[in-house]
Amino acid sequence: MFILSLGIREQYEISLLQLILMQVNSDKILKRVLFAASLVILLIAAAMIFSLFKGSLPSISRFGWGFLFSPEWDPTQGREHYGALLFIVGTLLTSIVALIIALPLAFFTSLFVAEYFRGTKIAAIVSTLVDLLAGIPSIIYGLWGFYMLRPFIVSLGLSPQGFGVLTSALVLAIMVVPYATSLSNNTIMMVPNELKEAAYSLGATRLEVIRNVILPSARSGMAASYILAFGRAIGETLAVTMLIGNENIIPKGLCSTGNTMASVIANQFGEASGLQLSSLIEIGLLLFVITTLINAAGKYIIKKIA
Amino acid sequence: MDQTTTLNKKYTSSLSDKEDSSNLLIQSRKLKDRLFKIAAMVFSFITIGMVFLIIGSLLAKGLRQINWAFFTQVAPDTFSAMMAKSSGQVIPGGIVNGILGSIYLVALASAMAVPFGILIGVYVYENSKKRYAAIIRDIADILQGVPSIVIGIIAYIWIVVPLTKGYSVFAGSVALAIMMLPLIVRSTEESLKMVPETLKEAAIALGAPYYKVILRVLIPSSFSGLMGGILLAISRVLGETAPLMLTTLGNPQVNWHIEKPISAVPLLIWQFYNDPNMVDLIWSSAVFLMGFVLILNLTSRWICARKKI
Repeated sequence: MFILSLGIREQYEISLLQLILMQVNSDKILKRVLFAASLVILLIAAAMIFSLFKGSLPSISRFGWGFLFSPEWDPTQGREHYGALLFIVGTLLTSIVALIIALPLAFFTSLFVAEYFRGTKIAAIVSTLVDLLAGIPSIIYGLWGFYMLRPFIVSLGLSPQGFGVLTSALVLAIMVVPYATSLSNNTIMMVPNELKEAAYSLGATRLEVIRNVILPSARSGMAASYILAFGRAIGETLAVTMLIGNENIIPKGLCSTGNTMASVIANQFGEASGLQLSSLIEIGLLLFVITTLINAAGKYIIKKIA
Repeated sequence: MDQTTTLNKKYTSSLSDKEDSSNLLIQSRKLKDRLFKIAAMVFSFITIGMVFLIIGSLLAKGLRQINWAFFTQVAPDTFSAMMAKSSGQVIPGGIVNGILGSIYLVALASAMAVPFGILIGVYVYENSKKRYAAIIRDIADILQGVPSIVIGIIAYIWIVVPLTKGYSVFAGSVALAIMMLPLIVRSTEESLKMVPETLKEAAIALGAPYYKVILRVLIPSSFSGLMGGILLAISRVLGETAPLMLTTLGNPQVNWHIEKPISAVPLLIWQFYNDPNMVDLIWSSAVFLMGFVLILNLTSRWICARKKI
């Protein structure tokens, strides 16, 4: 067979590789290669959960569920005790405040781009600029917050050093606006024109069209995009680390300092070992679980409306 | 359709019942409408104002320090920076160790993530109706949402501890590759979807084998989309700092050994930020990083926006 096909090779001047591909069923091979590649991402995800869980086992077996509810984080040798409560509270608080600040910005920006100036050059420019916000690295937001925003907060007399929940939330809000707008834009644009035209023909003003036609049909898509933006805010590390103050307390108010889950990992991972390292990995596991749940909720809503 | 009928009722009734006060009503409706539009414009301008504020303040502070040495010399130590600062000079040295490190890390990460990302993207596209492919797509979405610091922990557990026994280039690039992979998978799938079905059918009808349909038809005709997706993924990981803090640590010298620590531009910025003598270098490094990332970002958009086929 092979000798026969070698003859074919001379006859038709085809390359050896093509010959080999002719010998075996190339379709089947390619399908297998593609399938094998898909296993890689599956393995990465599974191994990720496994490694995070394995790494946090010492901490889990020592503190159990109490880890989630203990506000104490004490690495002192001899009386080590770790609890994640203050980081969980700090993370949720900064992210929620950030989302509240980002909401009006994102809401009106998507209306601007997808409704008021839809299809115009100015809308294209605005949406490109907003998308650029997503491209700026986290550490640059941190620097900007530290050197520009923090002195401003101090000059307002909100807090003596300028660090705290509010400062981080303001920067986070700017960071997540592009995530909140991009999907909202799409859902607003997907509202059928017939519906809008029907309302206009009845004499509705633009605001009334937005309120009675666009928002009811774009509502769930917009909600999903805000949820995804919230998920982004929770995982943000460096910008928050530079601005939250990194004090291991439960924030008492908007201007109080605090700490977040991502920040404590960034700050302490390098020097940690033993139980402390394991506790930090457990915080990482928590962060993974929380962001995955939030993203899954967002995706679920998107799927339902699609 | 029921929406239209409810609207219909609402406005016809409101017009007929209040014939006398309708003028006033219309005026107030118009006023509200105008106020809302103004609000939309104000908030949008606040948002884009932020872009200019951030980029502008960085440029204003950072351009001064950018000179030839900035791209050719390694980062200075604290002492020489302090001396230069106290005598009012520009801080000597540059960030070449960071620039080369960033390129090294990203190149290695791309070498790992791009082939797998494209293969998985093709798989998901080809089997889009299968349940298994939908699961793979969901997993890519989940991976995309995992915070970068958690990816750093993973690379630390997988590479730093057992393989390289210390902070290393390899660990950092694995972390970046894990972050790039889902982005490339999704962008590959999205750009393959743009290829007209007829093109594929024509190739199959001509008797082209499956691999040829993919290599000669699908990938070439969605090439700009693929490139755009890869560039976007690179621009995303280029500015990442958190995972590198846990995996590559930083290095004051240029390093080419894969199992040794290495520096990167964002890591250097973090290091300068923590050193009061280096403040001036922060800004120029930040301008450099942001400029590089944004140019990549815009290039990828430009490539994606060009009409394909």
